[in-house]
Amino acid sequence: MDQAVFKDVVKIITPYAKNADMLAKATVETNIHKDLQVNSTRFVDIVLEFEDKFGLTISDEEADKIQTIGDCVSLVSKLK
Amino acid sequence: MIQKRIVVTGMGVIAPNANGLENFKNALYEGKSGLRLQDKLKELAFGCQVAGVPEGIDDLKKSYFKDEELVAMNSAMTYACIAAVDAWRDAGLTVPKWDEDVLHEDSGAIIGTGIGGIDTLNDKVIPMTNSGQVRRLGSAMVEQVMASSVSAKMSGLFALGNQVTTNSCACSTGTEAIIMGAQRIRDGMANRMLVGGAEGSGYCAWAGFDAMRVLNRNSNDNPGGASRPMSATAKGFIPGSGAGVLVIEDLETAKARGARIYAEILGYNINSGGMRRGGSMTSPSGYSVQRCIRSALLHAGVKADQIDYINGHLTATGADPQEIASWQAALEVADGKFPSINSTKSMIGHSLGAAGAIECAATLVQMHHGFVHGSINCEDIHEKIKHIEKSVVKKSINKEINIAAKASFGFGDVNSCIIFRKWREK
Repeated sequence: MDQAVFKDVVKIITPYAKNADMLAKATVETNIHKDLQVNSTRFVDIVLEFEDKFGLTISDEEADKIQTIGDCVSLVSKLK
Repeated sequence: MIQKRIVVTGMGVIAPNANGLENFKNALYEGKSGLRLQDKLKELAFGCQVAGVPEGIDDLKKSYFKDEELVAMNSAMTYACIAAVDAWRDAGLTVPKWDEDVLHEDSGAIIGTGIGGIDTLNDKVIPMTNSGQVRRLGSAMVEQVMASSVSAKMSGLFALGNQVTTNSCACSTGTEAIIMGAQRIRDGMANRMLVGGAEGSGYCAWAGFDAMRVLNRNSNDNPGGASRPMSATAKGFIPGSGAGVLVIEDLETAKARGARIYAEILGYNINSGGMRRGGSMTSPSGYSVQRCIRSALLHAGVKADQIDYINGHLTATGADPQEIASWQAALEVADGKFPSINSTKSMIGHSLGAAGAIECAATLVQMHHGFVHGSINCEDIHEKIKHIEKSVVKKSINKEINIAAKASFGFGDVNSCIIFRKWREK
């Protein structure tokens, strides 16, 4: 796993995470919705920030499959 | 029909000259202007380049809300929600946690706005939509541009289970919201309401007024002297922004929890002039302004000579002398008996949909602390107001206020008036 991408992903998700405790000990297994309690509507904004940060385009279909931080890292690494 | 007594138990203010109730009280007493030359208005060649914008909000908001919440809070929402949290705490109530399973089914909110989320429309929605970037607008646009944006967030902030809504009637909005909340409690539909108004600091909201030439274009070099209600040299109003929120409750509910009570809302009236008998879209009908004031007094069971203080609408346009004439006609008092009067707008400008709410808070702060603030910039009183000049408070005075009247008037020929009485345990 690309640690730099992992750190960037966590940083982007941070303002949207309601569960600060889970965020502090986030791993690739951490579920963005259930563990971090990110509002499902706000995930749209997170995807846009991924696109801006990493210079890529994420389709709606790909975005819908994301559940964990690891899913984000894998997707970003694949599209980069 | 159940008719309950309504009392004010909490207040919160975000204003150009102060944030927070204590600071607002001091600013009013000291005659502190919050009006500043605005670089953006200068850059865009506004005729009037002075405005009232609450200061220090970027830092302040972080002590109230998490980053996740601030993602979708424009200036009007931020002002409204900080003022509401302050009011709720000032009333001795606890702000619930987001994950706390509590629902205040007896409590709601009516928070008005005149133009609301125009900064969000201007900064994001319109330019991005018109340049084909709809997909990149993100998730947070609708909740910031819907008319109810200023009240909607309060539902979750305070776990409100009663009515949560937004009213809008231009410059009468803030006062109308308080009356609408009082009506709901008086009818037994709620025990507690957050009420007030908020207006964002969006220069596009002010552009139309500038184009109408109703803003003062002559004081760009003197921002503190730009808002001149009741002055012979008044040349138009100065746009402002901010929020005022009150917590109002029925007397039994307030007493049962041992709440500190500021004042009782004795009576009120809302009406429209129908754009007849001198009224128009942009000017109030004196006839209906008087009708509104008289009806509020009647509803309150108060005689005109019992009014100690008037917080006027008084915007610093040519309408000020007409407003004074309407008050005098409605109260039927001789020149020497006219109540003390001032204009809070002299220090903070005209915050449109928030104005009535901030000014009701100003009225209650003065009542609670026993003073009438100076109405600055009216040393050169207007010729048609000279006959009651002794009643115009130009420098702050200590004075006991038992009963106060507050009125607001708005585009659309709409009016509202509230009568407050200082709370005293008998």
